[in-house]
Amino acid sequence: MQLTSRYRFVASHRLNTAALSVEQNAKLYGKCNNPYGHGHDYVLDVTVDGPLDASGQIVNRAALDALVETQVLQRVDHRDLNTEVEELQDQVTTTENLAVTIEGMLKSQWTLPARLMRVRIAETARNAFELETEN
Amino acid sequence: MLLTRKAEFSASHVCANPAWSAEENAAIYGANANSHGHGHNYVVEVTVEGEPDPVTGMVFDLRVLKEIINEEVVDPMDHRFLNREVPPFDTVIPTTENIAQEIWRRLAARLTVPNARLKNVRLYETADLYVDCGS
Repeated sequence: MQLTSRYRFVASHRLNTAALSVEQNAKLYGKCNNPYGHGHDYVLDVTVDGPLDASGQIVNRAALDALVETQVLQRVDHRDLNTEVEELQDQVTTTENLAVTIEGMLKSQWTLPARLMRVRIAETARNAFELETEN
Repeated sequence: MLLTRKAEFSASHVCANPAWSAEENAAIYGANANSHGHGHNYVVEVTVEGEPDPVTGMVFDLRVLKEIINEEVVDPMDHRFLNREVPPFDTVIPTTENIAQEIWRRLAARLTVPNARLKNVRLYETADLYVDCGS
C-alpha cells in the first residue's frame, strides 16, 4: 500500500550551461535562458510504500511533513535554485535535476519506517517529472 | 487495459485508539484525534484491469461499476460518521489507509467477472493526500 502527500514551493531558476555558447544556450533553452531568471509554483508529490503500523497508517503524517519541510521546503521555497541551493550549484536547474536533488535530500535523512518510493515534481500544470526511488 | 471510475462521498471520522491515552493519540494522529470528529470530501478512484470484451468492446460495464461503487461505498458512507455508523470502523480506526482497504475488500467481492479484475483503489482524503491500495 502506498501513500502520497503533496507539497508546494515557489522558486526561481535559469536554464544555462557553461558547456554551451551564449547562442547555443539561447537556442536550446529558449525563454528559460533569460539572464534574469524566472520562477515557478512547483508541486511536489512524495510517495511512500509499506505495511500499516499499529496506528493503521503507512507513515505518521506529522513525521513525513516535518521531514519534507526540513529537508526540502526550507531549502528551496522562495529561493533561487541556481544560486541558493548547494546541491544544484554545478548543475543545470532543470526539473529533472531538481527531482534527483530532492530525492537525494530526502534519502540522506530518511528515518521513517516506510520506504520512499517515488518523487514527482510538476514545474507547471503542463510539465511533470517522476522518479522511482531505488533502495 | 485499465479503466478508472471516480466517485465522491463526504463523511466524518475520528482517528484514535481507545487503548491509548489522549496524549498518545494526539501525538500520533494530531488534530485527527479530536473525539468530536471532523469531515472530509473523500474522492475514490476505482481502477479495473482487463481486456475489452470482443462483443461489447468494454472491459467492464461502467453502469454496473457505478452501481457497485454506489452500493458498496457511496450509499453506506456518504454523509455518515464512519466510527459510529459504518462497520467495521466502530472497531477499525478509519485512517485513509484502513478506509481504502475496506473499500478494496467490498469492491473485490463484487467484481467477479472472468475478464476483468480490481486493480487499484485510490482514496483521496484531501486534494493533497491520497492512498493507493492495489493488487
